[in-house]
Amino acid sequence: MSGARTSALATLRGQIERIETAEVVHQHDRVALGHGEIDRVLKGGLARAAVHEVFCEGRQGAAATGFVMGLAGRVSARRPLLWVRQDFSEVEAGALSMSGLVELGLDPRRVVMVRAADVESALRTSADALACDALGAVVLELWGDIRQFDLVASRKLTLAAQGSGVTGLMLRMAAQPLPSTAETRWMLRAAHSPPGSASMPAAPWSAWGAPRFDAELLRNRHGPCGRWIMEWNCDECQFSEPSTYSQPVAAAPAHRPDPAVLQQRRAG
Amino acid sequence: MIHAVDETAERLGLYIGQPLANARAMCPDLKVFDADVVADAKTLSDIADWCDRFTPLVALDPPHGLFLDITGCAHLFGGEAALLQTLVRALARQGFAVSAAIAGTSICARTLTRQASGTIVADGGEGAAIDRFPVSALGAGEAITTGLRRAGLKTIGDVASRSPSEITARFGARFSTLLAHALGQGDAPINPRKPLPDYIVEKRFAEPIATDTMIAMTLSRLADTLIASMEKQGKGARRLEAAFFRTDGAVRAIMVETGRPVTRSAVIDRLFRERLDALADPLDPGFGFDMVRLSASRTEIVVQEQRDLDAHVHDNDELAALIDRIAARIGGKRVVVHLPEDTHIPESAVLAAPAQHHLAAAMQAEWPVRTESEPPLRPLRLFDKPEPIKVPFATVPDGPPHQFTWRRALHAVVRVEGPERIAMEWWRQDGKQLTRDYFRIEDAEGLRFWIFRDGLYEGEVFDGDGKPASPGWYVHGLFA
Repeated sequence: MSGARTSALATLRGQIERIETAEVVHQHDRVALGHGEIDRVLKGGLARAAVHEVFCEGRQGAAATGFVMGLAGRVSARRPLLWVRQDFSEVEAGALSMSGLVELGLDPRRVVMVRAADVESALRTSADALACDALGAVVLELWGDIRQFDLVASRKLTLAAQGSGVTGLMLRMAAQPLPSTAETRWMLRAAHSPPGSASMPAAPWSAWGAPRFDAELLRNRHGPCGRWIMEWNCDECQFSEPSTYSQPVAAAPAHRPDPAVLQQRRAG
Repeated sequence: MIHAVDETAERLGLYIGQPLANARAMCPDLKVFDADVVADAKTLSDIADWCDRFTPLVALDPPHGLFLDITGCAHLFGGEAALLQTLVRALARQGFAVSAAIAGTSICARTLTRQASGTIVADGGEGAAIDRFPVSALGAGEAITTGLRRAGLKTIGDVASRSPSEITARFGARFSTLLAHALGQGDAPINPRKPLPDYIVEKRFAEPIATDTMIAMTLSRLADTLIASMEKQGKGARRLEAAFFRTDGAVRAIMVETGRPVTRSAVIDRLFRERLDALADPLDPGFGFDMVRLSASRTEIVVQEQRDLDAHVHDNDELAALIDRIAARIGGKRVVVHLPEDTHIPESAVLAAPAQHHLAAAMQAEWPVRTESEPPLRPLRLFDKPEPIKVPFATVPDGPPHQFTWRRALHAVVRVEGPERIAMEWWRQDGKQLTRDYFRIEDAEGLRFWIFRDGLYEGEVFDGDGKPASPGWYVHGLFA
């Protein structure tokens, strides 16, 4: 083998090594979501320093927003959150409401909103923001299928996230999943509130509980996929397995030992 | 009516205000153009932009005059005479008829331009210099000029020889002040078009520059110089302006603002790079720029914070820098933070404020606290304008609908929570608003809506005949 060729090979090997190590740096940094099974599938939780995609149909936008907000709340850990959105998506799905955020148990003080006029500036801004390590997470909210958001753009975002350790969350409403460099890809739908309690089986007008999501994991780079019902616990600020009833059905039993035991104690 | 004449026409005896027919009679092959006052004003303002290269203090004197305060600037151009010559020649080369003069007071200089262009009057020589000129040169208005002539005061010297009290009594205090200024007895400052920047650095080129790399390099060198001079006084820049002077006279100014005082030239450099990169109408060098000026028009004293002990300070700095960069690219109003407003009307409960100026306030804002163990009471996505929905008429009068049509899709209601009544703020004078009854609704698919009935049933909404009508329904938000 000629010298030039060897050196070329060595350079390439070095490049590959660098690419791989960049991924490994933050790999063990994962945040548990709170839902046992999902955390197991994700090997401990949602990876930081990576890009995650959340897709949904147009009318499911609010559910997906809630899910993304929950993920952002989990990963950003009291650091600022930059929310980049396109003007058009606000018309279609409504504006992100800070009062709603408070109700989910999240902190609106840490949200900085970027109102990008078009997709190009939204993409550029998020790539810029993902490189800034003062942030906890960057959310990019886009509406519809977008030509500009191709593999190159996706790779750019992933590299920026890996470099800085910031988590990127793509909220893609009314869009079809396409190949990308995302760590995980989700398909989100709203899930029903739990059925009425046993004591009131025919009570369709009963109260509703915490936000519930029907989350389908379409892609997971380091594990299997699946589909689960998740619930967002507004008080503890984490996801959880769905509770059968949103509220306790009956009062929890007080500690009342069996009379027989008491008898024995007295006798003994 | 003749609005303006050129030199040739003046020699032929045409004058401003002459009826056009008379002028045509005197000179049959007269070339006539329509007067365009707006375009004239624009040209004057463009010339003023160009004049910025001599001094930052340029004032307009409409319809076709400019005042330049060259105090302390003349030596940069090789003295007053050289400055005057450069200016007149450059303007003449661009096709303008120029008359210019330098004097101790602006009014005296203006008087000179009308009669003796090119004169430079030393301090104290004002009175003697304008002595023999006709009173019309003062530019005091038609009535006063005629009045002076009728009084037999033909030259400025004649007027000056009268006692000031007589002049004031006959022609008003304003004219006597004007006269005093023209004679160099007291001066009023000119009224510059732009406020004087706190710091200015500039670079001139013998050979105009046109390439992007040269422009970027020039800017970063200027930034270094600017920072160095600000550092001496412990200042940082909040607003920066770069002005590019093109060889053909056009001037392009580009401004960037920052949320915190900038003290590093690399930051300035980056902000301008972002801004230049994102310009909708890119910088056109034409035949090149022969001067670039960087000025800090707003500065602040920099408070040095101790960085190492508190990591959060550093984080906030970085966030502010990021916000500045994004704002430079897409505009300051497009990067916002949120502040709570003291109202219970959902659409006005939150104020979006530019992040550059309100970041610190937003970080410390007091938000209403949510009730523990309650499901969310407010939607996560709120429509700016509530969207009307169609509700079949046959519902319980005061209750929620059983189904509704929104965006051409029918939603069957499965669960309802409510109503929550929100009355409008009657103490505000913005028309009578209706009381709203809000319901939280879940449909068969699990989608959750925040809908409201606009107006009380049989209480607030009336049709044309004054009879109660059925109130409208709207979707205001969507829950997660």
